[in-house]
Amino acid sequence: MSKITQEQQDYQQFVNRIKPKPPYLRNIIMAFLVGGIICTIGQAILNFYVSLGLEKTKEASAATAVTLVFLGSLLTGLGIYDQIGKRAGAGSIIPITGFANSIVAPAMEYKSEGYVFGVGAKMFVVAGPVLVYGITTSALVGLIYYLLKF
Amino acid sequence: MALKKIGSQTVKFENPPSIISTASIVGPVEGKGPLKDYFDLILNDFHFQEKTWEKAEKKMLKEAVEMAIKKSGIPSEEIEYFIAGDLLNQIIAASYAARELGIPFYGIYGACSTIAEGLGLGAMLVDGGYADNLVVGSSSHFCSAERQYRFPLELGNQRPPTAQRTVTGAGAAVISTKNRNPRITYVTTGKVIDMGAADPYDMGSAMAPAAVDTIIKHLEDSKRSPEDYDLILTGDLASLGKDIAEKLLKQNGFDVSNRYTDCGLLIYSPQQDVHAGGSGCACAAVVTFGYIFKEMQKGRYNRILLVATGALLSSTSVQQGETIPCIAHAVAIENL
Repeated sequence: MSKITQEQQDYQQFVNRIKPKPPYLRNIIMAFLVGGIICTIGQAILNFYVSLGLEKTKEASAATAVTLVFLGSLLTGLGIYDQIGKRAGAGSIIPITGFANSIVAPAMEYKSEGYVFGVGAKMFVVAGPVLVYGITTSALVGLIYYLLKF
Repeated sequence: MALKKIGSQTVKFENPPSIISTASIVGPVEGKGPLKDYFDLILNDFHFQEKTWEKAEKKMLKEAVEMAIKKSGIPSEEIEYFIAGDLLNQIIAASYAARELGIPFYGIYGACSTIAEGLGLGAMLVDGGYADNLVVGSSSHFCSAERQYRFPLELGNQRPPTAQRTVTGAGAAVISTKNRNPRITYVTTGKVIDMGAADPYDMGSAMAPAAVDTIIKHLEDSKRSPEDYDLILTGDLASLGKDIAEKLLKQNGFDVSNRYTDCGLLIYSPQQDVHAGGSGCACAAVVTFGYIFKEMQKGRYNRILLVATGALLSSTSVQQGETIPCIAHAVAIENL
């Protein structure tokens, strides 16, 4: 980064004093409510699959994840998920439906550049870093766990 | 010696070129705003019967230019230059519009200040004796700008209150030696000013110092005061940027409060969900060529100073941690 001068620093402080703040309290409450609703729906779906006789930890939870990803993708395609996200913020980004949204949204957007260099190449433009660092971290944690067991 | 240059950054035209006709096309959201009656065409959707947003943007620009030429009454073969720019990489909206228009073309880039840059250069060509008639234009599109600078449209993220909405639209004006009002009398070319802002969701506070610098230089060079203008109009500072510009001007001894507004605030109503206001190349273009031009023809305003502002960043410069360099060009438009 280029070096910030005293004049620039003073200006930034002046701006920060008068800059409107995001409505943090409303955002937090909305994130809590929407995030909670999504998780409750997930729990209901899980219970439904268990009642059908699927084994809870592996079969039913996998089926629940698949269903939620489908719902997140569907709502993205219908243009509803971004409306939810605008109000709920982290409440709809963090659950697995948000992950689906982060892949489907660029896939839809970049269709105009074709299926190879558009959809194929740009699909993970938002979710890519999550996958890279998520998988790397899980491998590291797994390694540490393995070493600690000795 | 430069005969028409006054002060450090200003050109005073000897025979002020006239803006003889304008045209403006806007998208559906702008078409619901308070200036809706001033625009020539309001689109029903973002596609304008095209397959992609970039193509829709090009079509808006091309049609705005054709409309302005038609209104001018000048045969299109007599339009000698087409000067235009936009926000897309390699200014493809302007270049592809030029491909279809078949007018000798200068592509320019000044981000959202492009229209003032075009008016300034165009007026210099005309007053310099290099052309009798030429057309300037610029465009921006909410969807094409979002994907280039920010995130895919359907991504469910939250925007801070300082974020601005890129105006979907295109504006064009024919500049001519013909003896008709309004005229371009002065042009003050801005310097690139960087006050260390790095937040791409807050362009207003990044660009305000550039606007203030250009306004002060213009007033010094032309030996005018804010009271000489019926209206001083910045391009797209929106609510926070306009506040800051007013405060900075006051600190420098210029009180503009009762004659200063911003295109980014005029184009949307506060009830529209646009956060701080409008931005984009089309913002200053459609407000000036739609609203201001028509009100000047009616005589409500007789002397205005357009100060279009541009943030000269790219998504690459933001990712590399660079701060945002900004520019503002001033164009004085008057009924003589």
